[in-house]
Amino acid sequence: MPKQEILDPQGQAVAGALARLGLGRFTDVRQGKRFTLTVEEEVTEEVLAAAREAAETLLSNPVIEDVVSVRAQQDVDSVRAAEDAR
Amino acid sequence: MRVGVVTFPGSLDDHDAQRAVRLAGGEPVALWHADADLHGVDAVVLPGGFSYGDYLRCGAIARFAPVMDLLVPAAEGGLPVLGICNGFQVLCESHLLPGALVRNDHQQFVCRDQRLRIERADTAWTRDYGQGQEIVVALKNGEGGYVADEATLDELEGEGRVVARYLEVNPNGSFRDIAGVSNARGNVVGLMPHPEHAVEPGFGPSLDGLGFFTSVLHQVVNA
Repeated sequence: MPKQEILDPQGQAVAGALARLGLGRFTDVRQGKRFTLTVEEEVTEEVLAAAREAAETLLSNPVIEDVVSVRAQQDVDSVRAAEDAR
Repeated sequence: MRVGVVTFPGSLDDHDAQRAVRLAGGEPVALWHADADLHGVDAVVLPGGFSYGDYLRCGAIARFAPVMDLLVPAAEGGLPVLGICNGFQVLCESHLLPGALVRNDHQQFVCRDQRLRIERADTAWTRDYGQGQEIVVALKNGEGGYVADEATLDELEGEGRVVARYLEVNPNGSFRDIAGVSNARGNVVGLMPHPEHAVEPGFGPSLDGLGFFTSVLHQVVNA
């Protein structure tokens, strides 16, 4: 997610669009990124540590972004299906 | 004086930078991002463009290119390095320069002739300018907003490391109107506007950009 002190023009544009849709109760929008990394093995603590390293070295820039969560999704397909059903 | 210009996939101002080096009186040397070799150059320009498509963040993937494995320690050792636009983004992602560049605050790509004030005239790339000299060069960027936390900005100001500042118009929301910064030593400079597009009569708004490329020719390098 973009750090709070960093301007988020994308989030601001979304906030403006929400207001035009009559959803102006949301006074601030911050737009972040989510990456899904797949491995062909059990998601162990070691794998999670490697994912954290990826998140902190390449996927995010610590100057402007915070890594908010690195977690296991043992079965990506079922998680995606559950999300799609929402 | 041999000045390397790195080409990444998606670089688009590499030949303009080479041309600017030649017009300034230097010898441009084309460097390839995947080639872990600086070929003994005396200075390096990271040109404008969209390295690796800038898909993740501008410069984020280019930062890990094989040529950067050599460039980063060489820059830390004093090799003059100028990053223009996308090159500035690569230098920030490499942590050779502080801060970061984010999407323009008005969310539009901007292309204009931009007035700047040279704030630091003792870097490897700005010696041929006067302190406080005003120049006009082309600016074109979509993610050109310079940001850093207040402490970093105060440190840059306090140490006189702001190299250039936008005048008249802040074109992209850069904090404190910062258009370019340097490392403490002054050999590494990042600049969002494009001096290489203002070096030749009949092209661009002025000849004001040539000074960046002539400045570095006076350097004696032991990198």
